Amino acid sequence: MTDYSEYLSFLYSALDSQNKNKLVLSENTSLVADMGLSSLEVMEFIEKIEDHFDISIPLNILPDVNTIGDLATKVRQLNL
Amino acid sequence: MMFDKFKPMADFQAELAERSVKPFGAVTEKILSATEGVVQGRNVILAGTNNYLGLSFDSRCIKAAQDAAVRWGTGTTGSRLANGSFAEHQALETEIAQFYGVDNAIVFSTGYTATMGMCATLAGPGDVILLDADSHASIYTGVKLSGAEIIRFKHSDPEDLAKRLRRLGDRASQTLIIAEGIYSMIGDVAPLQEIAAVKREYGGYLLVDEAHSMGVMGATGRGAAQAAGVETDVDFFCGTFSKSLGAVGGFCVSQHAELAAIRFCINSYIFTASSSPSVIASTREALRIVATEPALQTKLWDNCNRLYQGLKSMGLPVGPTASPVVAVAMEDRSRTIDCWKALMEAGVYVNLVIPPASPSTNFLLRNSVSAAHTSTQIDTIIDAYADLKVAGLITGIPAH
Repeated sequence: MTDYSEYLSFLYSALDSQNKNKLVLSENTSLVADMGLSSLEVMEFIEKIEDHFDISIPLNILPDVNTIGDLATKVRQLNL
Repeated sequence: MMFDKFKPMADFQAELAERSVKPFGAVTEKILSATEGVVQGRNVILAGTNNYLGLSFDSRCIKAAQDAAVRWGTGTTGSRLANGSFAEHQALETEIAQFYGVDNAIVFSTGYTATMGMCATLAGPGDVILLDADSHASIYTGVKLSGAEIIRFKHSDPEDLAKRLRRLGDRASQTLIIAEGIYSMIGDVAPLQEIAAVKREYGGYLLVDEAHSMGVMGATGRGAAQAAGVETDVDFFCGTFSKSLGAVGGFCVSQHAELAAIRFCINSYIFTASSSPSVIASTREALRIVATEPALQTKLWDNCNRLYQGLKSMGLPVGPTASPVVAVAMEDRSRTIDCWKALMEAGVYVNLVIPPASPSTNFLLRNSVSAAHTSTQIDTIIDAYADLKVAGLITGIPAH
């Protein structure tokens, strides 16, 4: 998987179970402000991504992650 | 607005005030013994103090503190690096190193600054820190300050730790792995044998915070790593004097001689006043007692098992094993507050814990056990929970 859009697609499907309000997700959807994920739920989601791609996502990058698009960019960088 | 982020907490405090409940910062008006006090006007059994061995009221510790205050004064008025290193501090460092069978020790002013300081200083930019997901706030604060790359592994999951070390490749050997002996909220014991085995396989350095396990576990009270037989795999032990030793302060001990140089690089050690001589003196005495009176640990565990089994047999969702921390997990915040209030009215003070201080979305009624509790007191605590169940405030249904 190399394309940004492929990472986005994966994140959309991985977020499905946590999309309590059935929002239409886009790269601009905020994980916290729009989806209302708690810090614990964000970390659970991060673990799901880590297991899928067999990567570790450092906590250091999280302050720069607001939207699904931000996360797709970071995961892509880590998985290259 | 800068203050907007505090509004949820202000609203929560207002809700508590409206319900006439003050679980956070409850004022102890009088201490009657290591296990009894007057809190918010009520005589209560203290079941939320971390006074695991009951040494805060040991006459020998009190006498040592009194003598030191007379001899050394009430405070050092300075940093350990300036005028605040008295012979008492140096003696405690020698004794805590001997207690752990190593040559190097640093005494800090609190347990928080000890753990935070070591986590902030040991690893730096270019290094990696792998910490247990349920680590204490002092660890999270420290690693954030370190400048290192910070990665969590799943709580007490050696396989996940191994997986993450494998992903690091050559960098694994430059990784600081952080775990705790007993986790402070649920009271579960870390699988240190397995964690140490992973460290042996991949390399790296292991720091274990024995804040809640020192004096509580191990043949001579050194903690969970001693109980697991893996002390030689641990590069740095951190801990506190504010729990089993009944005072306040913290420490780091290590087999590495480099600790002598590290001492001069830890901001939380350098830029704060050192502990009062009376605190150091009572800590020295308490350490001597821990090393020479294993019966205290036996009594503590008798009480732990009594409380744990009592609550578990009621069907309450407690932790995986008996421990000096016995937490009852609850799903509903309002119900948990009601339970805390009812326990107080029944004469039992416990800790109310809310996320994110609790390791999940659960709320906790956190009980801590002391060797100084009598069996009758433990039974009173159990009875108070039974009354909560009868009143329909608490169920045996496990929280998630």
